[in-house]
Amino acid sequence: MTETVIVSIRPFLAVGISLLAAFLIMLSDKANPNVREAWTLLAAFGKFAIIASMMPFVWQGGVYEYTLFNIVEGIGFTLRTDACGMLFAGLSSFLWILTSFYSIGYMRGHHEKNQTGYFAAFAVCMSAAMGIAMAGNLVTLFIFFEILTVATYPLVAHKRNEEATFSGRKYLIYTLTSGQLFLAGIVFIYLFTGTTEFNAGGIAGLGEAAPVWVLQIMFFMLCLGGMIKAGMMPFHGWLVSAMVAPTPVSALLHAVAVVKAGAFVVLRIVGYVYGPQLLLEIHAADWLAYLAAFTIVTSSLIAMKQDNLKRRLAFSTVGQLSYVVLGTCILAPYSLVGAMFHIVAHAVMKITLFFCAGAIYVTTHKENISDMKGIGKQMPFTMTAFTIASLGIAGMPFIVGLISKFHIAAGALQMDEPIYVVVLIISALLSLSYLMPVSFNAFFKENEKGDFQKYGEARKDMLIPLCTTAVLAIILGIAPNFGLNLFDLAKTAAESITQGMIGGGW
Amino acid sequence: MSENFPILIVLLPLSAALLSPLFSYLHRDLGRWLVTLAIACSLGCSIGCLQQTLASGEAIHYWMGNWAPPLGIEFVIDPLNATVATVANFVALMGAIYGAPFLKKSSWLETGGYYTLYGLLATGLSGMIITGDVFNLYVFLEIASLSGYGLIAMGGQRSVLASFRYLLIGTIGASFYLLGVGYLYAITGTLNMADMAVRIVPLIDTPSFKIVVGLFIVGFGIKMALFPLHGWQPDSYTYAHPAAAALIAGIMGKVPIYACIRYFYFIFAASGAAIGMGLQIMGIMACCGIILGSVMAIAQKDFRRMLAYSSVAQIGYLIVGMALGNVYGLIGAVLHLINHAFMKGSLFLFIGGVQYRYGEVNIDKFGQLYRKMPIACWMFVIAALSMVGLPPTAGFFSKWYLVLGSMEAGPVGYFYIAIIIISSLLNAIYFFRVIEKIFINPDAGLKEVNPQKGKLELPWQMLLPILIMGIGILVLGLSNATIVSDVLQFALPEVLIK
Repeated sequence: MTETVIVSIRPFLAVGISLLAAFLIMLSDKANPNVREAWTLLAAFGKFAIIASMMPFVWQGGVYEYTLFNIVEGIGFTLRTDACGMLFAGLSSFLWILTSFYSIGYMRGHHEKNQTGYFAAFAVCMSAAMGIAMAGNLVTLFIFFEILTVATYPLVAHKRNEEATFSGRKYLIYTLTSGQLFLAGIVFIYLFTGTTEFNAGGIAGLGEAAPVWVLQIMFFMLCLGGMIKAGMMPFHGWLVSAMVAPTPVSALLHAVAVVKAGAFVVLRIVGYVYGPQLLLEIHAADWLAYLAAFTIVTSSLIAMKQDNLKRRLAFSTVGQLSYVVLGTCILAPYSLVGAMFHIVAHAVMKITLFFCAGAIYVTTHKENISDMKGIGKQMPFTMTAFTIASLGIAGMPFIVGLISKFHIAAGALQMDEPIYVVVLIISALLSLSYLMPVSFNAFFKENEKGDFQKYGEARKDMLIPLCTTAVLAIILGIAPNFGLNLFDLAKTAAESITQGMIGGGW
Repeated sequence: MSENFPILIVLLPLSAALLSPLFSYLHRDLGRWLVTLAIACSLGCSIGCLQQTLASGEAIHYWMGNWAPPLGIEFVIDPLNATVATVANFVALMGAIYGAPFLKKSSWLETGGYYTLYGLLATGLSGMIITGDVFNLYVFLEIASLSGYGLIAMGGQRSVLASFRYLLIGTIGASFYLLGVGYLYAITGTLNMADMAVRIVPLIDTPSFKIVVGLFIVGFGIKMALFPLHGWQPDSYTYAHPAAAALIAGIMGKVPIYACIRYFYFIFAASGAAIGMGLQIMGIMACCGIILGSVMAIAQKDFRRMLAYSSVAQIGYLIVGMALGNVYGLIGAVLHLINHAFMKGSLFLFIGGVQYRYGEVNIDKFGQLYRKMPIACWMFVIAALSMVGLPPTAGFFSKWYLVLGSMEAGPVGYFYIAIIIISSLLNAIYFFRVIEKIFINPDAGLKEVNPQKGKLELPWQMLLPILIMGIGILVLGLSNATIVSDVLQFALPEVLIK
């Protein structure tokens, strides 16, 4: 398939706009908070507008590309918007708008300190996520990857107490270590193939470049960066600790940008560096799939034991992200579609859940599920949204989660690996059993202490975003191409990766 | 005029340094201005030379007193040393501007004397970089060392002991170098570098030559504080005059490395078993230094001492790049030389600023410092991230080339990669620890020693260099491809290019 390429600086504008916003936010530290928040919102809308303006052309299979300068000798600082990247970019830029409104409501409702630094770091993170989505080669990707690592640190350590400091350290240890190994892997790819450009279906000549065992080790090193960011077991420790961060951070960064960036990196490496063909030959993706399957089941089991709502959601995130990795590593055309669309599906659902958790926390200061009995009567909208998203996570029809899971399962059958279908079914049941009790508690149990009477529904600026995402989860479940045509983008990307290769006699 | 640039690089700061006490006697600020101006001109000349040599594609030869080499002494400027000289003079200029507030209350003699030493240090370093004569290099080495001892001794009470210790060890190092030069002269009969490069070829396997290599490794190793010859360095960097620390830590340790590259790759053309063995030994020493230096840095409470140990580690990076013996490795080494001069200079400027305003160097007392000194702290963050090697700061890109070179070198290289990765992570530990203190820890209630009135957090003479060096790290990082393709590519020795 030949792609039409347009040389355009627009991808860089999309990345740059929030970086600029971060500076402006820092500068308006002492100004009116409204001015500061105006920058965030302007950048959020501006970013989405730029991304949206590129969408129609990408739907037709076109690509915007721009090389700003050479980042190192022989490698350009290149952003290109292929279908796979646009999927992630479109998703995060849209959700950033909602999160911005929600953040403002949360931070003000909660009277947080250091809001300026918070919003600035947030904006930098969005730039980095956008850069990861659109990076045209491994080195550009790595640069944004590390920027994301550093910019997330202040958000994790936002509360500035002992626990937050500790989580920040833990986060850095995990991510910096994997980042260094990732770098070594990139150098290897560059030295042995002479390029780091992403190529759908894999970089040509990589298979002959080195012995199989070297390729396997390097695959591990490259993926480790993504795996740790995605919180795959046994590397999920930081993600759970990082839940001390304010809830909007958990919502966007731990459900959308940071962890998804990790899963996205795995996707890029599997689909665009190694390629399914080579991976099938060297069997490097198998163990990653096993690990993902293991994570999916184990994390659900752990989630059931958590009483803290955010922690429960964190373990759910760990499991759900492994769906993406699993779908990617099954290497079948259908499962790739499923993996990519699960990035969208999980983002919409999990952001709703985190929004709800934050809304409950700010309104009632309750964090534990056992304290939330009967809360549904006071906060009906919030808890309805929560229930919709929970059902979606479990894979209820007409909610977005089913579509991606269905495709992953279909892919597993394509490759004659029915064991993964079993894993998916078990996981669906488990997620029902850890999410439904929350809703059950909220709606059908009596409020024993009677202390919810004084609280009402959440603030409007928090309620509206969370209802929007819940509605979106249903709409996308019925019409997956609603709005940004994200499902077609996933299909286009999967087709370009597999290049007509069909496994298992399908 | 422009044909005299090479000598002016050395002559201007030398004359200014010698006139500084007299001018300071006339007016207390005059000597300072004179030396600063001279270093600025010297920087201009270095840039001029760099342009000339890049434009013509040939080295510039300057015959002293028009005596033709090999009899006369000549300065030879090629893209490699023009680049190093430019960086050295740039950092020296920043340090010269930066020094003013520290000497505000001192007598004319102290100000004049300080700037004499500072000018001489700049002279010595520039001279070592651009000379084309092995004995001349020794002369400049001693000029730089002696003025360095003086500047370290000016730092305060404990600095005298540190300086004396460095004096003893440094003199031994210089003597080793001188002995090596003696051997070289005995076997080749010449002191001119270009001439020696021709004459050494048949002698490359003689025992005398092996001794020379050994003497040079020890001599330069002491001067650059290569592990385990670094004993003098932590104290010296810690107690050096805060205004001169940037130049001492940023450049003085690097010039011997440049000299090593000049000797091993240009004069000796990296041929013969002795050089190979020597480079390997240095590589191993460097690896030990990288790990040990980083671990020691983690153990320090005094910010300056932490930086000093970090220098032991960073010197190792340069040596690793040099020991790899391939194009990427050497590019990495030279690029890291430039980058590290900026990073370490920047960090010492930062701590100098804190020391000036609050008289505090203990990192445990840095709580909420960023509210009091926002610009300096943000520049510190840039430098720290660069030390860890996170993109898009300069440190990442030199690491990129070093890892690339290591990967190319095969199995030995994998070992180096492991060392570099571990070291980056250790760096991250001790720098993020400081970042944590500055941004997260509660206010430590520092008392101002030199209260700052007005909007600026430090006097402008200090703030400006901090800002320039900090932003310079980003600029260097983003323009590294240009630096490599337009400058460093032409600075590589011939042995590697073929």
